[in-house]
Amino acid sequence: MRIFGLNRRIIRVLLGSQYAHMLEYRAEIALWALSGVLPFIMLSVWSGSDARSGLGLDGVALDRYFLSAFLVRQFSVVWVVYAFEEDALLGRLSPYLLQPLHPLWRYVAAHLGEQLTRLPFAALIAAVFFAVRPQAFWLPSLGGFLLAWLATWMAFAIAFLFQSLIAALCFWSEKASALERLQFIPFLFLSGLLAPLTAFPPAVRALAQWTPFPYLIDFPARVLAGQPVDLLAGFGAQLAWIALLLPLVLLLWRAGVRRYSAMGA
Amino acid sequence: MIQVEGLSKIYRVAEKQPGLAGTLRHFIRRRTRDVTAVQDVSFRIEPGEMVGFLGANGAGKTTTLKMLCGLIHPSAGEVQVAGHRPQRRQAEFLRRITLVMGQKQQLLWDLPPMDSLRVNAAVYGIPDAVARRRIKELADLLELGEELTRPVRKLSLGQRMKAELLAALLHEPEVLFLDEPTLGLDVNAQARVRQFLAEYNRRTGATVLLTSHYMADITALCPRVLLIHQGRLFHDGPLEALADQLAPEREVRLELESPVSADALTGLGRLEQLEGCDVRLLVPRDQLTAVVAQLLDRFPVRDLDVTDPPIEELIGGLFRQGRV
Repeated sequence: MRIFGLNRRIIRVLLGSQYAHMLEYRAEIALWALSGVLPFIMLSVWSGSDARSGLGLDGVALDRYFLSAFLVRQFSVVWVVYAFEEDALLGRLSPYLLQPLHPLWRYVAAHLGEQLTRLPFAALIAAVFFAVRPQAFWLPSLGGFLLAWLATWMAFAIAFLFQSLIAALCFWSEKASALERLQFIPFLFLSGLLAPLTAFPPAVRALAQWTPFPYLIDFPARVLAGQPVDLLAGFGAQLAWIALLLPLVLLLWRAGVRRYSAMGA
Repeated sequence: MIQVEGLSKIYRVAEKQPGLAGTLRHFIRRRTRDVTAVQDVSFRIEPGEMVGFLGANGAGKTTTLKMLCGLIHPSAGEVQVAGHRPQRRQAEFLRRITLVMGQKQQLLWDLPPMDSLRVNAAVYGIPDAVARRRIKELADLLELGEELTRPVRKLSLGQRMKAELLAALLHEPEVLFLDEPTLGLDVNAQARVRQFLAEYNRRTGATVLLTSHYMADITALCPRVLLIHQGRLFHDGPLEALADQLAPEREVRLELESPVSADALTGLGRLEQLEGCDVRLLVPRDQLTAVVAQLLDRFPVRDLDVTDPPIEELIGGLFRQGRV
């Protein structure tokens, strides 16, 4: 039986092949993992600043927050718009559209394969971090870890759907990835990558809560770091964003494929 | 199996004048024009037929193929393939067709073809045992062996094309749309792919619509051809009938014992070439027997050969002359 066009065998084979594919790019993926150290840079900036008292986190809690932000980011990075844009331009999309499987599943599998490839590199960087700051070492409880894993996976789902929405615009414009860059600045500031959301004035914080950004880094990072967080509100907001984005993506995709079909593939 | 009635496709394309002024004008007020890629094309293809689709670049072949497999929507007309309207792209329809484009690939570049084949088997719901048997059968036919376990990027163009064919045929489609499947292959690889397609058609009874720039593909595989030019169907019938239509003359090549003058050949067809002892004449088909008899009678002939001019020359000449 297939659910959303998938069954266990398709999932297993797609993930297996995409993981094997990503392993071919392990050196590049290691560099990507390394290039995601922005939270550590921000940690050193905040640690040396008098303004850190305004963050509501200090010492070990701040270390753990930024390490968690790094790990969450590692496993919620999304690049579907770039892959899709290239496939559309090079005509690789056509064979995908002629198979009885929604093409987006291939991109989901590619992302999961890449995350699995990234895992040892991210773990190594975390180990180095603990070696440098041993006082920050902690092991979350099993329940805490599972909740953080779920929050990170949902963050990935939101980011993936959000970017798929932009990717679907490739059916209308060949360079839809430019829009992705446009949303990068608000993401950087409001996601919690540069600073925990508590660093922002209350008005900005209130505004940020109405965007998907805090649920991409800040919320899952706080869950992982074991900091006080409203789990119900956080997971509720993540679910709401997924419920909003999923039908939008499917609708825009369907309209896009119709246009692609009308304009010529 | 394939029914096409009044099929047309009109694209809207942007028009821009060169230079900065043209760019600014284009930015402020975008101008477009309609281009007719396919116009009022109708034909039927019966189950099991192998049909060649001929035409110059931009004639509308690929656009027609894409409409038949459901990748693009027709602007007008009706298409039925295997009882389905292709543009709806229902899963049941997609399981019955395949499209192979010589210049595009579906195999994962960095992995061996076997990985892509496993994915295709899962996507099309082919049980593992059946998939293994089909892969073996198709690989034997295509003379593929350890290439299936080597990364695609390490394969030659010919090996890659054969692996692409294997991937496209794993689900045993009933209708094959092949767009330049031998493009860029060397002569041996082309011949191998041709043999394979003929054998696949014989074994499975699949319907094949094939475009190719290589006339050898068409002559070897397709008893029937469709010739399309500027979006319109110009010919639908046997290849020989097309040759007769395009070339009412046959080519007679002679190698004589001694040189002759052009005057001596007057009245024996149209003299195309005279170099020493080598003569090339074009003779109307209905006069061929009489002319050959006269040639043998009048001149000491060392060798004589009668052929049809190459079909690609005929079609090329036809397009150049604007006769279609």
